[in-house]
Amino acid sequence: MANPILEVENLCVDIEVPSGILHAVQNVSFSVAKGETLCIVGESGCGKSITALSLMNLLPKSAKRGVDKLTLDGRDLRELKERQMSDIRGDAMAMIFQEPMTSLNPAYTIGNQLEEAMLRHRKVSTAEARDRAVFLLEKVGITAARSRLGQYPHQLSGGLRQRVMIAMSLMCEPALILADEPTTALDVTIQAQILHLLAELRHEFDSSLILITHDLGIVARVADRVAVMYAGEFVETGTAEQVFNAPSHPYTQGLLRCIPIPGKTKRGEHLGAIPGIVPNLVGNMDRCHFASRCPYVHDACQSGEIALRSSFEKNHQYRCVLSPKACASNLKRKVVA
Amino acid sequence: MSDSIIEVSDVTRTFMISAGFMRGKKSLHAVNGVSLNVERGEVLGIVGESGCGKTTLAKMMLGLLEPTSGTLRLDGQAVGSADRIQVARILQPIFQDPYSSLNPRKSIGDIITLPLKVQNDPNPETWQSRAEGIMDLVGLPSRVFNNFPSQLSGGQRQRVAIARALINRPKIVICDEPTSALDVSVQSQILNLLQDLRAEFGLTYVLISHNLAVVEHMATRVAVMYLGRIVEQADTETLFKAPKHPYTEALLGSVLTPEPGLGVPDTHLGVAYPNPIDPPSGCTFHPRCAKVMDHCSKQAPPTIGANDAMVECHLYADGAGKKARGKRARKGKRK
Repeated sequence: MANPILEVENLCVDIEVPSGILHAVQNVSFSVAKGETLCIVGESGCGKSITALSLMNLLPKSAKRGVDKLTLDGRDLRELKERQMSDIRGDAMAMIFQEPMTSLNPAYTIGNQLEEAMLRHRKVSTAEARDRAVFLLEKVGITAARSRLGQYPHQLSGGLRQRVMIAMSLMCEPALILADEPTTALDVTIQAQILHLLAELRHEFDSSLILITHDLGIVARVADRVAVMYAGEFVETGTAEQVFNAPSHPYTQGLLRCIPIPGKTKRGEHLGAIPGIVPNLVGNMDRCHFASRCPYVHDACQSGEIALRSSFEKNHQYRCVLSPKACASNLKRKVVA
Repeated sequence: MSDSIIEVSDVTRTFMISAGFMRGKKSLHAVNGVSLNVERGEVLGIVGESGCGKTTLAKMMLGLLEPTSGTLRLDGQAVGSADRIQVARILQPIFQDPYSSLNPRKSIGDIITLPLKVQNDPNPETWQSRAEGIMDLVGLPSRVFNNFPSQLSGGQRQRVAIARALINRPKIVICDEPTSALDVSVQSQILNLLQDLRAEFGLTYVLISHNLAVVEHMATRVAVMYLGRIVEQADTETLFKAPKHPYTEALLGSVLTPEPGLGVPDTHLGVAYPNPIDPPSGCTFHPRCAKVMDHCSKQAPPTIGANDAMVECHLYADGAGKKARGKRARKGKRK
């Protein structure tokens, strides 16, 4: 890639649980170019949030991170001390969390919380930080911004709180924004507004964005590149067009059959389904992680780890033993679950 | 209407909200003059943003809340007069969160047979076999009969909730966001199951959801709620093809289908959902409306159309706002 802001190679996260070691994230590699939006999509428990937290080095104590390469704008983040890492958090790399009520401190005014990041990272006066906060609150569409600075989080609605979170993440013009399910707690109308805003601002400030979500609709509309995650692994990566128009991994294909689409799926008819449940990630798994639920499973899936392979197109990769041709024909075949 | 199983007429529910210490109370009209008919065998979808009164309406149908005024009739019986046990025989709920709607200290078998116990079912010796029968129908293995909710996955818990709702063979099931706590692959399984069960038992569903794609897939008719009122009702086909109310248009516009390249739509809805304690004057939607006219803020909009296909908007009043309506409205009018 031309100008990668973030490069990650072979990221692994192991969590100690009473029954053994849980491999929450396994050999995840990706890079994000300047100004690019990468969406990581997957179901609950697949390791998307752990991936984001491990980039920020915010993992719980019981989790161990192993990574071959982790650079932000050319700077190695692997061996940084906690203090150095906190210089980066909120400055070069900022995070937007899912639940704006729990990620804002109820005891401080939003002005206080907005200014904090800037006062911590930049040599500015309180007045300058306040001006920046007002500027950004207006940018995210909050009216009477200056008077809002004295308000507390409970005085704002969910949509407004999430706007404050976005403004907060932009305080130091980060090179990379990590947004973990930023709209899941919001109404559809507000969700559309927030995503619209996020796309616009990302453009304006030329930040890169990693958006984590379980909603395929959001992914299709927002992403430049998509990574589909299943049971701790990236099972398919590519541009939004590649992944949605020619999904190659059986899991991606199954997911896309599961969702009702107004105008496309027929009303009242059965939707596709992925039978079975997500495998237990405790202990070593030496086979395709999706094998237990895959409609095309055969012997080759059970032996050894499955490598990523390229499809017909450039930069479109998927983790399956089937050939690109076989995957394309699977897409046409209707699976009876 | 000939075969209405639920008749809601002019129902209002007002909550008294404390405005602050020593400041007296203010009234909040959670549901404000709603009339609604649900016909036997149909699936009525109710959509709207959070705080619009969907759940309050459902709770009144369930007899869990008394309406402040107006009447609700279930299968010909007034809800207020019939006792709760009788209402429960006709109507059962499925709630949103299968993690909090099942008692964690009861076994799955106890949870599913509880409605039989409550209804004083005369044949206790058949309870277990009936529970196993219904578990089989909803796709739960019978070995989980003695398990506890914490041992099941989210999808399985929702199946338990469905089994519990169906064991007494109700006529109506109220599904309040039945899949919003579930993953997509599990959501499709539950939606398929609900469709199958409806065909099998001839059920009527009231489906409350903010996921319009799910509503489009399941419902035969849709009611759109805004600030305690139903602003538009139509059959699903018409509503999704030719929405009349500007709010419905905006709602439909914000559905994100998985089609790359379309970008995120701009709904033009403005920031704030109004404070329901102090709703805007006239048409409560006017501060966010893209087609707002001068008199929208002064007069409450008229209700146009009959009960099962109606819209509440000044745009459709005789002689008013023909220009503002534009193409879309003309299309809708043709039908």
